[in-house]
Amino acid sequence: MSASPTLVARTGSFFHRYANPGRFLKLGARLQPWLTWPAIAFTLAGLGWGLFYSPADWQQGDSVRIMYVHVPAAMLASGGYAGLALCGLLSLVWRHPLADLAAVEIGPVGACITALCLATGSIWGKPMWGTWWVWDARLTSVLVLFFLYLGHIALIRAFDDPQRGYRAAAILALAGAVDLPIIKFSVQWWNTLHQPDSITLTGAPTMSASMLWPLALSTIGFSLGFAAIVVARTRAAVMESRIRALLSSPRRGGGAA
Amino acid sequence: MTHLPYIVASYGLATVMALVLSIGAALRLRRARARLAALEQTHNRNAGTPFTP
Repeated sequence: MSASPTLVARTGSFFHRYANPGRFLKLGARLQPWLTWPAIAFTLAGLGWGLFYSPADWQQGDSVRIMYVHVPAAMLASGGYAGLALCGLLSLVWRHPLADLAAVEIGPVGACITALCLATGSIWGKPMWGTWWVWDARLTSVLVLFFLYLGHIALIRAFDDPQRGYRAAAILALAGAVDLPIIKFSVQWWNTLHQPDSITLTGAPTMSASMLWPLALSTIGFSLGFAAIVVARTRAAVMESRIRALLSSPRRGGGAA
Repeated sequence: MTHLPYIVASYGLATVMALVLSIGAALRLRRARARLAALEQTHNRNAGTPFTP
């Protein structure tokens, strides 16, 4: 019990040392091409393979190719929200300014990828289930995730004092993380129309390798792309905050009151 | 290929979203970098010392 404050302090010092905005700008600039170009290559390879070379499914026909977009988007929707919750934790516990900026930038990207997941799922559902939407546990919990992203975006901008917005949004991000296990286990806990997971951490995948490989490539590509976009947006946000600081600097005479 | 319109719609949506997000981020980054460089140059010229936030 007595070790906890020390652990918190040590972890805090680690995050402060390796994630201060100035250091992040340098690290981000170095990291950016290593995220961007592999993201493009993996995504094109995965989607190209999935679209033109992987086999059609014996039941679903060619509509199975939608999976190569839908599944990575679904994984990233949850993964992005986990990132948002981590930023919320860093913000609330260590008051980390970079975590606040990153949370602001992850929100819209996560909302877009969740919207893509819902839209592609719906597009797949029409020919397969005969309907665009059902109030199934998996679909509904992902829709809730989309609303959590929207709520986070709205809340962070809802206060005149940005710090209050960051705190409120961080609490929402942490509280909303309860939706992640619900999404993950919804297909086991309830009798859903959505099929169970084909890939799990504990068991062998239930799909053919000819479909698994393009799916793995597009998932890697989407993940790197998500990271590249978030890093680029966060770098821009750090620069914009420096611009605001310079403009309000007394030496410039901008906002010396 | 069966279900072609659905497949085209899915891949089209993904492409549009990826382009909008990545081009938006790149333009924003470029704008911020140029503005910050210009401001720092002016600031340093006026003050004679580099800006430290």
